[in-house]
Amino acid sequence: MVVRTIVELLDADIIHGVDLDTREIRSCCGSDMMSDVLAYVKDQPVLLTGLCNPQVIRTAEMMDIMCIAFVRGKRPDEKMIELAKDRDICLLATKHTMFTSCGILFQNGLIGGA
Amino acid sequence: MDDAIQLKYTVSPEDFTRAGEASGDLKKVLKQIGVSPEAIRRVSIAMYEGEINMVIHANGGEITVYVTPSQVKMILQDSGPGIPDVEKAMQAGWSTASANIRSLGFGAGMGLPNMKKYTDDLQIETVLGVGTTVTMIVNF
Repeated sequence: MVVRTIVELLDADIIHGVDLDTREIRSCCGSDMMSDVLAYVKDQPVLLTGLCNPQVIRTAEMMDIMCIAFVRGKRPDEKMIELAKDRDICLLATKHTMFTSCGILFQNGLIGGA
Repeated sequence: MDDAIQLKYTVSPEDFTRAGEASGDLKKVLKQIGVSPEAIRRVSIAMYEGEINMVIHANGGEITVYVTPSQVKMILQDSGPGIPDVEKAMQAGWSTASANIRSLGFGAGMGLPNMKKYTDDLQIETVLGVGTTVTMIVNF
């Protein structure tokens, strides 16, 4: 699934978009605990999170996560957006809850990342 | 280690927003010199967990990294309170992190287990009230 499809499925705002039509996402990880993301994530996931601080971007950087979708209407601040731009990481924001966001993506074929 | 590339980083105390800068820089250097993506990933995760631990538990510290054609060795030194029970600290899920740290997405008790999981060797030397030195090796 490409990032553009995730944008459409989650009715998400694009905060920072890179290669929306070509960037391939193979799985999904939903977590507010970055420790768990570092422990379990693999295989080019989109990260769904309600956590909103710079460590979300840094965790994504370490794990080669190329797309983050903030759930529950959370919006990253300017510092986070700058970090993401430097690292070519897509940032999306959806008003859906974590549960609903995961459900929508799973129903449309995206598997768990761990 | 005479022919190794040596990198030194200072980890700022209590500056949670900057935690991860050293790991990010190391990742860039390893990419530039052509280390395999899988090895970079293992080094990055282990180093980042260590760096976060230094900020959360130890008021920062110093990291020295040696890179050779076949290995990355990371030495993380702090002057923090030390680890009272290393065996417990190595257990997944065991943590002394505050509620505040947990609200920032860390302190799930996965730091040291992750560092062990992603490295080929992990050594912890710790003295209560003096500090901790964590040495990690990733071979490739």
